[in-house]
Amino acid sequence: MSNIFDDKGPDILKGQNLTCIRGDRIIFSNLDFELAAGRALILNGANGSGKSSLMKIIAGLLPAQSGIMSFEGQDILGNKDWISHNICYLAHKNGMKPEMTVAENLTFWANMENHHGDIRKEATKIGIEHCLDLPVCYLSSGQARRAALTRVLCHPGEIWLLDEPTVGLDMAGVSLLAGLMNEHLDRGGRILAATHIELGLDPAKSAMLPMTDFRQTTPIGLEESLLC
Amino acid sequence: MLKLACAIIMRDVRLSLRHGSASTMVVGFFIMVVTMFPFAIGPEQNILQRISVGVIWVAALLSCLLSLDRMFQTDYEDGSLDQFILSPVPLELVVLAKCIAHWLTTSLPLIVITPILGIMMNLPEQGFMPMILTMLIGTPALSFIGGIGASLTVTLRRGGTLLSLLILPLFIPVLIFGVLAVKASIGGYPATAHMMLLLGFTLFSAAIAPWAGAAAIRSGIE
Repeated sequence: MSNIFDDKGPDILKGQNLTCIRGDRIIFSNLDFELAAGRALILNGANGSGKSSLMKIIAGLLPAQSGIMSFEGQDILGNKDWISHNICYLAHKNGMKPEMTVAENLTFWANMENHHGDIRKEATKIGIEHCLDLPVCYLSSGQARRAALTRVLCHPGEIWLLDEPTVGLDMAGVSLLAGLMNEHLDRGGRILAATHIELGLDPAKSAMLPMTDFRQTTPIGLEESLLC
Repeated sequence: MLKLACAIIMRDVRLSLRHGSASTMVVGFFIMVVTMFPFAIGPEQNILQRISVGVIWVAALLSCLLSLDRMFQTDYEDGSLDQFILSPVPLELVVLAKCIAHWLTTSLPLIVITPILGIMMNLPEQGFMPMILTMLIGTPALSFIGGIGASLTVTLRRGGTLLSLLILPLFIPVLIFGVLAVKASIGGYPATAHMMLLLGFTLFSAAIAPWAGAAAIRSGIE
Protein backbone atom coordinates (compact mmCIF):
# COMPACT_ATOMS: atom_id res chain seq x y z
CA MET A 1 0.00 0.00 0.00
CA SER A 2 2.68 2.49 1.02
CA ASN A 3 4.52 2.55 -2.29
CA ILE A 4 1.32 3.59 -4.03
CA PHE A 5 1.35 6.82 -2.08
CA ASP A 6 5.03 7.44 -2.74
CA ASP A 7 5.55 7.02 -6.46
CA LYS A 8 4.78 9.47 -9.26
CA GLY A 9 5.75 12.53 -7.23
CA PRO A 10 3.86 14.00 -4.33
CA ASP A 11 2.11 16.86 -6.04
CA ILE A 12 -0.38 14.82 -8.02
CA LEU A 13 -3.95 14.14 -7.05
CA LYS A 14 -4.33 10.46 -7.81
CA GLY A 15 -7.23 8.11 -7.82
CA GLN A 16 -6.63 4.41 -8.26
CA ASN A 17 -8.95 1.48 -8.75
CA LEU A 18 -12.00 3.50 -7.85
CA THR A 19 -15.22 1.54 -8.06
CA CYS A 20 -18.66 2.99 -7.59
CA ILE A 21 -21.78 0.97 -6.89
CA ARG A 22 -25.19 2.56 -6.67
CA GLY A 23 -28.16 0.37 -5.88
CA ASP A 24 -27.19 -3.00 -7.32
CA ARG A 25 -25.38 -1.63 -10.34
CA ILE A 26 -21.69 -1.04 -10.85
CA ILE A 27 -21.44 2.44 -12.32
CA PHE A 28 -17.71 2.23 -13.02
CA SER A 29 -14.89 0.05 -11.81
CA ASN A 30 -11.10 0.22 -11.60
CA LEU A 31 -11.06 3.85 -12.58
CA ASP A 32 -7.68 5.57 -12.39
CA PHE A 33 -6.98 9.25 -12.82
CA GLU A 34 -4.17 11.69 -12.21
CA LEU A 35 -4.41 15.42 -11.85
CA ALA A 36 -1.27 17.51 -11.63
CA ALA A 37 -1.09 21.15 -10.59
CA GLY A 38 -2.21 23.54 -13.32
CA ARG A 39 -4.00 20.81 -15.25
CA ALA A 40 -7.62 20.15 -16.07
CA LEU A 41 -9.31 16.81 -16.51
CA ILE A 42 -12.52 16.77 -18.50
CA LEU A 43 -14.81 13.85 -17.79
CA ASN A 44 -16.80 12.88 -20.79
CA GLY A 45 -19.20 10.09 -21.34
CA ALA A 46 -22.84 9.39 -21.89
CA ASN A 47 -25.55 10.22 -19.38
CA GLY A 48 -25.37 7.79 -16.52
CA SER A 49 -21.73 6.90 -17.08
CA GLY A 50 -20.85 8.06 -13.57
CA LYS A 51 -19.41 11.53 -14.05
CA SER A 52 -21.36 13.01 -11.17
CA SER A 53 -20.79 9.92 -9.05
CA LEU A 54 -17.03 10.21 -9.50
CA MET A 55 -17.16 13.85 -8.42
CA LYS A 56 -19.25 12.98 -5.40
CA ILE A 57 -16.75 10.27 -4.45
CA ILE A 58 -13.88 12.74 -4.74
CA ALA A 59 -15.84 15.27 -2.70
CA GLY A 60 -16.55 12.63 -0.06
CA LEU A 61 -20.32 12.75 -0.56
CA LEU A 62 -20.45 9.15 -1.78
CA PRO A 63 -18.37 6.26 -0.45
CA ALA A 64 -16.25 4.41 -3.00
CA GLN A 65 -16.74 0.67 -3.05
CA SER A 66 -13.02 0.20 -3.50
CA GLY A 67 -9.93 2.14 -4.48
CA ILE A 68 -7.76 4.86 -3.02
CA MET A 69 -7.18 8.52 -3.59
CA SER A 70 -3.94 10.15 -2.57
CA PHE A 71 -2.41 13.61 -2.47
CA GLU A 72 1.06 14.46 -1.18
CA GLY A 73 1.37 11.04 0.35
CA GLN A 74 -1.81 11.08 2.36
CA ASP A 75 -4.99 9.15 1.82
CA ILE A 76 -7.69 11.70 1.13
CA LEU A 77 -10.66 9.50 0.26
CA GLY A 78 -13.43 10.73 2.55
CA ASN A 79 -10.96 12.88 4.53
CA LYS A 80 -13.38 15.67 5.37
CA ASP A 81 -10.83 18.03 6.80
CA TRP A 82 -8.60 17.92 3.74
CA ILE A 83 -11.54 18.04 1.34
CA SER A 84 -13.16 21.06 2.93
CA HIS A 85 -9.96 23.09 2.64
CA ASN A 86 -8.82 22.04 -0.82
CA ILE A 87 -11.85 21.15 -2.86
CA CYS A 88 -14.53 23.44 -4.20
CA TYR A 89 -17.45 21.47 -5.55
CA LEU A 90 -20.13 22.91 -7.81
CA ALA A 91 -22.96 20.43 -8.16
CA HIS A 92 -25.91 20.41 -10.55
CA LYS A 93 -27.83 22.36 -7.96
CA ASN A 94 -26.65 25.84 -7.19
CA GLY A 95 -27.01 25.76 -3.41
CA MET A 96 -28.60 29.20 -3.35
CA LYS A 97 -31.66 30.14 -1.33
CA PRO A 98 -34.28 31.67 -3.67
CA GLU A 99 -35.58 34.02 -0.97
CA MET A 100 -32.20 35.60 -0.31
CA THR A 101 -30.26 37.96 -2.55
CA VAL A 102 -27.19 36.78 -4.44
CA ALA A 103 -24.93 38.84 -2.14
CA GLU A 104 -26.56 37.42 0.99
CA ASN A 105 -26.16 33.87 -0.30
CA LEU A 106 -22.52 34.41 -1.23
CA THR A 107 -21.70 36.13 2.06
CA PHE A 108 -23.31 33.26 3.96
CA TRP A 109 -21.22 30.65 2.15
CA ALA A 110 -18.09 32.78 2.51
CA ASN A 111 -18.70 32.68 6.28
CA MET A 112 -19.33 28.94 6.28
CA GLU A 113 -16.30 28.21 4.13
CA ASN A 114 -14.23 30.62 6.21
CA HIS A 115 -12.81 32.90 3.57
CA HIS A 116 -13.16 36.56 2.79
CA GLY A 117 -13.01 36.82 -0.98
CA ASP A 118 -14.13 40.06 -2.59
CA ILE A 119 -17.60 39.00 -3.74
CA ARG A 120 -18.24 42.04 -5.92
CA LYS A 121 -14.89 41.69 -7.68
CA GLU A 122 -15.43 38.00 -8.41
CA ALA A 123 -19.02 38.61 -9.49
CA THR A 124 -17.82 41.20 -11.99
CA LYS A 125 -15.49 38.63 -13.57
CA ILE A 126 -18.42 36.36 -14.40
CA GLY A 127 -20.74 39.26 -15.28
CA ILE A 128 -23.33 38.99 -12.52
CA GLU A 129 -22.42 42.07 -10.44
CA HIS A 130 -25.61 43.92 -11.45
CA CYS A 131 -27.74 41.15 -9.87
CA LEU A 132 -26.01 41.02 -6.49
CA ASP A 133 -28.89 42.71 -4.69
CA LEU A 134 -31.64 40.70 -6.38
CA PRO A 135 -33.28 37.69 -4.74
CA VAL A 136 -32.14 34.51 -6.46
CA CYS A 137 -35.74 33.56 -7.32
CA TYR A 138 -35.88 36.51 -9.76
CA LEU A 139 -32.82 35.34 -11.70
CA SER A 140 -32.86 33.28 -14.87
CA SER A 141 -31.25 29.86 -14.69
CA GLY A 142 -28.14 31.15 -16.44
CA GLN A 143 -27.83 34.08 -14.03
CA ALA A 144 -28.31 31.73 -11.07
CA ARG A 145 -25.55 29.51 -12.47
CA ARG A 146 -23.26 32.53 -12.75
CA ALA A 147 -24.06 33.38 -9.14
CA ALA A 148 -23.12 29.83 -8.10
CA LEU A 149 -19.90 30.12 -10.12
CA THR A 150 -19.07 33.29 -8.18
CA ARG A 151 -18.99 31.13 -5.06
CA VAL A 152 -16.43 28.90 -6.79
CA LEU A 153 -14.32 31.93 -7.70
CA CYS A 154 -14.35 33.15 -4.09
CA HIS A 155 -13.46 29.71 -2.70
CA PRO A 156 -9.81 29.35 -1.63
CA GLY A 157 -9.61 25.65 -2.57
CA GLU A 158 -7.23 24.87 -5.43
CA ILE A 159 -9.16 21.90 -6.79
CA TRP A 160 -12.36 22.76 -8.60
CA LEU A 161 -14.92 20.03 -9.16
CA LEU A 162 -17.40 21.41 -11.65
CA ASP A 163 -20.39 19.29 -12.52
CA GLU A 164 -21.76 20.64 -15.82
CA PRO A 165 -20.76 24.22 -15.00
CA THR A 166 -22.12 25.59 -18.26
CA VAL A 167 -25.74 24.47 -17.84
CA GLY A 168 -27.95 27.46 -18.54
CA LEU A 169 -25.06 29.75 -19.51
CA ASP A 170 -25.20 31.71 -22.76
CA MET A 171 -22.29 31.80 -25.21
CA ALA A 172 -20.77 34.88 -23.56
CA GLY A 173 -21.04 33.15 -20.20
CA VAL A 174 -19.30 30.02 -21.46
CA SER A 175 -16.38 32.00 -22.87
CA LEU A 176 -16.11 34.05 -19.65
CA LEU A 177 -16.04 30.81 -17.68
CA ALA A 178 -13.41 29.29 -19.98
CA GLY A 179 -11.23 32.36 -19.47
CA LEU A 180 -11.61 32.10 -15.69
CA MET A 181 -10.83 28.38 -15.76
CA ASN A 182 -7.69 29.03 -17.78
CA GLU A 183 -6.68 31.70 -15.26
CA HIS A 184 -7.18 29.21 -12.45
CA LEU A 185 -4.95 26.69 -14.26
CA ASP A 186 -2.30 29.37 -14.80
CA ARG A 187 -2.29 29.98 -11.06
CA GLY A 188 -1.50 26.31 -10.57
CA GLY A 189 -5.04 25.26 -9.69
CA ARG A 190 -6.59 21.99 -10.78
CA ILE A 191 -9.94 21.46 -12.43
CA LEU A 192 -12.03 18.35 -12.81
CA ALA A 193 -15.06 19.12 -14.91
CA ALA A 194 -17.90 17.14 -16.39
CA THR A 195 -19.31 18.72 -19.49
CA HIS A 196 -20.85 17.87 -22.82
CA ILE A 197 -19.65 20.93 -24.68
CA GLU A 198 -16.26 22.15 -25.81
CA LEU A 199 -15.15 24.52 -23.05
CA GLY A 200 -12.22 26.08 -24.87
CA LEU A 201 -9.57 25.31 -22.28
CA ASP A 202 -5.88 25.47 -23.11
CA PRO A 203 -5.37 22.12 -24.91
CA ALA A 204 -1.83 21.80 -23.53
CA LYS A 205 -3.20 21.83 -20.01
CA SER A 206 -6.31 19.73 -20.28
CA ALA A 207 -6.88 16.05 -20.81
CA MET A 208 -9.93 13.89 -21.33
CA LEU A 209 -11.10 11.07 -19.11
CA PRO A 210 -13.54 8.93 -21.09
CA MET A 211 -15.83 7.43 -18.49
CA THR A 212 -17.06 4.73 -20.84
CA ASP A 213 -13.69 2.96 -20.57
CA PHE A 214 -14.56 1.98 -17.03
CA ARG A 215 -18.13 1.06 -17.70
CA GLN A 216 -19.39 -2.22 -16.28
CA THR A 217 -22.31 -3.76 -18.04
CA THR A 218 -22.49 -7.10 -16.26
CA PRO A 219 -24.85 -6.94 -13.31
CA ILE A 220 -23.28 -8.02 -10.06
CA GLY A 221 -24.47 -10.92 -8.01
CA LEU A 222 -26.89 -10.67 -5.14
CA GLU A 223 -24.20 -11.45 -2.57
CA GLU A 224 -22.18 -8.46 -3.68
CA SER A 225 -25.13 -6.13 -3.79
CA LEU A 226 -25.95 -7.07 -0.21
CA LEU A 227 -22.48 -5.98 0.78
CA CYS A 228 -23.15 -2.37 -0.13
CA MET B 1 -17.88 28.34 16.11
CA LEU B 2 -20.55 30.36 17.88
CA LYS B 3 -20.44 32.93 15.09
CA LEU B 4 -21.08 30.25 12.48
CA ALA B 5 -24.00 28.81 14.45
CA CYS B 6 -25.45 32.31 14.76
CA ALA B 7 -25.03 32.84 11.01
CA ILE B 8 -27.00 29.65 10.26
CA ILE B 9 -29.71 30.55 12.78
CA MET B 10 -29.97 34.08 11.38
CA ARG B 11 -30.21 32.72 7.86
CA ASP B 12 -33.03 30.32 8.71
CA VAL B 13 -34.94 32.92 10.70
CA ARG B 14 -34.52 35.40 7.86
CA LEU B 15 -35.73 32.82 5.33
CA SER B 16 -38.73 32.07 7.48
CA LEU B 17 -39.57 35.78 7.79
CA ARG B 18 -39.20 36.35 4.04
CA HIS B 19 -41.15 33.27 3.19
CA GLY B 20 -43.68 34.35 5.77
CA SER B 21 -46.19 31.61 5.23
CA ALA B 22 -44.49 28.86 7.24
CA SER B 23 -44.68 30.40 10.71
CA THR B 24 -48.06 31.99 10.08
CA MET B 25 -49.47 28.68 8.91
CA VAL B 26 -48.22 26.86 12.00
CA VAL B 27 -49.78 29.47 14.30
CA GLY B 28 -53.00 29.37 12.27
CA PHE B 29 -53.14 25.59 12.54
CA PHE B 30 -52.54 25.78 16.29
CA ILE B 31 -55.43 28.23 16.74
CA MET B 32 -57.72 26.16 14.49
CA VAL B 33 -57.08 22.86 16.30
CA VAL B 34 -57.71 24.40 19.72
CA THR B 35 -60.83 26.17 18.43
CA MET B 36 -62.27 22.86 17.22
CA PHE B 37 -62.64 21.53 20.77
CA PRO B 38 -65.28 23.93 22.13
CA PHE B 39 -67.27 23.24 18.95
CA ALA B 40 -66.95 19.47 19.31
CA ILE B 41 -67.42 19.20 23.06
CA GLY B 42 -69.75 22.10 23.74
CA PRO B 43 -69.18 25.34 25.59
CA GLU B 44 -69.49 23.92 29.12
CA GLN B 45 -66.90 25.79 31.15
CA ASN B 46 -66.05 22.96 33.57
CA ILE B 47 -65.29 20.46 30.85
CA LEU B 48 -63.26 22.98 28.84
CA GLN B 49 -61.34 23.89 31.96
CA ARG B 50 -60.49 20.24 32.62
CA ILE B 51 -59.25 19.52 29.11
CA SER B 52 -57.66 22.93 28.41
CA VAL B 53 -54.08 22.05 29.37
CA GLY B 54 -54.07 18.78 27.45
CA VAL B 55 -55.68 20.26 24.36
CA ILE B 56 -53.24 23.15 24.15
CA TRP B 57 -50.26 20.82 24.59
CA VAL B 58 -51.48 18.31 21.99
CA ALA B 59 -52.26 21.10 19.53
CA ALA B 60 -48.78 22.52 20.09
CA LEU B 61 -47.18 19.12 19.39
CA LEU B 62 -49.17 18.70 16.18
CA SER B 63 -48.41 22.24 14.98
CA CYS B 64 -44.75 21.68 15.65
CA LEU B 65 -44.87 18.54 13.53
CA LEU B 66 -46.33 20.50 10.64
CA SER B 67 -43.15 22.38 9.84
CA LEU B 68 -40.63 19.68 10.79
CA ASP B 69 -40.40 17.97 7.41
CA ARG B 70 -39.15 21.19 5.79
CA MET B 71 -36.31 21.55 8.28
CA PHE B 72 -33.66 19.94 6.03
CA GLN B 73 -35.77 19.26 2.95
CA THR B 74 -35.37 22.68 1.33
CA ASP B 75 -31.61 22.60 1.90
CA TYR B 76 -31.46 19.12 0.41
CA GLU B 77 -33.47 20.14 -2.64
CA ASP B 78 -31.47 23.23 -3.54
CA GLY B 79 -28.07 21.62 -2.89
CA SER B 80 -27.25 23.62 0.25
CA LEU B 81 -27.03 20.44 2.34
CA ASP B 82 -24.21 19.07 0.16
CA GLN B 83 -22.38 22.35 0.60
CA PHE B 84 -22.84 22.23 4.36
CA ILE B 85 -21.31 18.74 4.35
CA LEU B 86 -18.38 19.94 2.23
CA SER B 87 -17.75 23.11 4.23
CA PRO B 88 -15.34 23.08 7.18
CA VAL B 89 -18.32 23.62 9.52
CA PRO B 90 -19.09 20.42 11.47
CA LEU B 91 -22.41 18.97 10.36
CA GLU B 92 -23.34 18.54 14.03
CA LEU B 93 -23.19 22.31 14.46
CA VAL B 94 -25.39 22.79 11.40
CA VAL B 95 -28.01 20.39 12.81
CA LEU B 96 -27.91 22.08 16.22
CA ALA B 97 -28.28 25.54 14.68
CA LYS B 98 -31.15 24.43 12.47
CA CYS B 99 -32.97 22.90 15.46
CA ILE B 100 -32.62 26.17 17.35
CA ALA B 101 -33.82 28.11 14.30
CA HIS B 102 -36.80 25.76 14.04
CA TRP B 103 -37.68 26.44 17.66
CA LEU B 104 -37.41 30.20 17.13
CA THR B 105 -39.60 30.19 14.04
CA THR B 106 -42.18 27.59 15.12
CA SER B 107 -42.48 27.09 18.85
CA LEU B 108 -41.83 30.66 19.96
CA PRO B 109 -44.82 32.06 18.01
CA LEU B 110 -46.95 29.25 19.49
CA ILE B 111 -45.92 30.20 23.01
CA VAL B 112 -46.73 33.84 22.32
CA ILE B 113 -50.26 32.96 21.20
CA THR B 114 -50.89 30.44 24.01
CA PRO B 115 -52.34 32.91 26.61
CA ILE B 116 -55.10 33.90 24.19
CA LEU B 117 -56.01 30.27 23.59
CA GLY B 118 -55.83 29.74 27.35
CA ILE B 119 -58.55 32.35 27.81
CA MET B 120 -60.62 30.68 25.11
CA MET B 121 -60.29 27.28 26.78
CA ASN B 122 -61.11 28.73 30.19
CA LEU B 123 -57.68 27.88 31.61
CA PRO B 124 -57.63 28.80 35.33
CA GLU B 125 -55.67 31.97 35.94
CA GLN B 126 -53.07 30.30 38.18
CA GLY B 127 -52.32 28.02 35.21
CA PHE B 128 -51.13 30.71 32.77
CA MET B 129 -47.62 31.25 34.05
CA PRO B 130 -46.88 27.51 34.49
CA MET B 131 -48.32 26.84 31.02
CA ILE B 132 -45.95 29.33 29.38
CA LEU B 133 -43.04 28.21 31.53
CA THR B 134 -43.51 24.51 30.73
CA MET B 135 -43.84 25.32 27.05
CA LEU B 136 -40.64 27.35 27.15
CA ILE B 137 -38.88 24.41 28.81
CA GLY B 138 -40.52 21.61 26.85
CA THR B 139 -40.88 22.78 23.25
CA PRO B 140 -37.12 22.87 22.50
CA ALA B 141 -37.20 19.10 22.97
CA LEU B 142 -39.76 18.92 20.16
CA SER B 143 -37.41 20.73 17.79
CA PHE B 144 -34.40 18.62 18.79
CA ILE B 145 -36.16 15.25 18.54
CA GLY B 146 -37.94 16.47 15.44
CA GLY B 147 -34.55 17.41 13.99
CA ILE B 148 -33.42 13.79 14.29
CA GLY B 149 -36.59 12.63 12.54
CA ALA B 150 -36.29 15.29 9.85
CA SER B 151 -32.71 14.29 9.09
CA LEU B 152 -33.69 10.62 8.90
CA THR B 153 -36.40 11.33 6.34
CA VAL B 154 -34.67 14.13 4.41
CA THR B 155 -34.00 12.08 1.27
CA LEU B 156 -37.46 10.50 1.14
CA ARG B 157 -39.84 12.08 -1.28
CA ARG B 158 -42.91 11.82 0.92
CA GLY B 159 -41.18 11.71 4.26
CA GLY B 160 -43.74 13.85 6.09
CA THR B 161 -46.11 11.05 7.09
CA LEU B 162 -43.34 8.68 8.09
CA LEU B 163 -41.80 11.49 10.08
CA SER B 164 -45.04 11.96 12.07
CA LEU B 165 -45.26 8.26 12.88
CA LEU B 166 -41.62 8.18 13.84
CA ILE B 167 -41.58 11.27 16.00
CA LEU B 168 -44.97 11.54 17.74
CA PRO B 169 -44.34 8.63 20.15
CA LEU B 170 -41.12 10.33 21.21
CA PHE B 171 -43.07 13.51 22.00
CA ILE B 172 -45.14 11.65 24.63
CA PRO B 173 -42.76 12.28 27.58
CA VAL B 174 -42.89 16.02 26.83
CA LEU B 175 -46.67 15.86 26.76
CA ILE B 176 -46.94 13.89 30.03
CA PHE B 177 -44.62 16.08 32.08
CA GLY B 178 -45.80 19.31 30.47
CA VAL B 179 -49.44 18.58 31.31
CA LEU B 180 -48.62 17.22 34.80
CA ALA B 181 -46.60 20.31 35.70
CA VAL B 182 -49.40 22.71 34.73
CA LYS B 183 -52.09 20.60 36.44
CA ALA B 184 -50.03 20.40 39.62
CA SER B 185 -49.67 24.20 39.70
CA ILE B 186 -53.40 24.65 39.10
CA GLY B 187 -54.14 22.22 41.95
CA GLY B 188 -51.81 24.14 44.25
CA TYR B 189 -49.12 21.47 44.43
CA PRO B 190 -45.42 22.06 43.76
CA ALA B 191 -44.59 21.43 40.10
CA THR B 192 -40.80 21.57 40.42
CA ALA B 193 -40.29 17.81 39.99
CA HIS B 194 -42.25 17.72 36.73
CA MET B 195 -40.47 20.81 35.47
CA MET B 196 -37.10 19.27 36.31
CA LEU B 197 -37.96 16.08 34.44
CA LEU B 198 -39.16 18.12 31.47
CA LEU B 199 -35.97 20.16 31.51
CA GLY B 200 -33.93 16.97 31.79
CA PHE B 201 -35.67 15.55 28.75
CA THR B 202 -35.02 18.74 26.77
CA LEU B 203 -31.34 18.77 27.72
CA PHE B 204 -30.99 15.10 26.88
CA SER B 205 -32.54 15.61 23.46
CA ALA B 206 -30.34 18.68 22.88
CA ALA B 207 -27.30 16.57 23.69
CA ILE B 208 -28.06 13.72 21.29
CA ALA B 209 -29.82 15.55 18.44
CA PRO B 210 -26.72 17.09 16.77
CA TRP B 211 -24.87 13.77 16.60
CA ALA B 212 -27.84 11.60 15.70
CA GLY B 213 -29.04 14.13 13.12
CA ALA B 214 -25.63 14.54 11.49
CA ALA B 215 -25.14 10.76 11.30
CA ALA B 216 -28.59 10.35 9.76
CA ILE B 217 -27.91 13.01 7.13
CA ARG B 218 -24.53 11.49 6.22
CA SER B 219 -25.98 8.04 5.72
CA GLY B 220 -29.07 9.37 3.96
CA ILE B 221 -27.22 11.51 1.44
CA GLU B 222 -25.40 8.50 -0.01
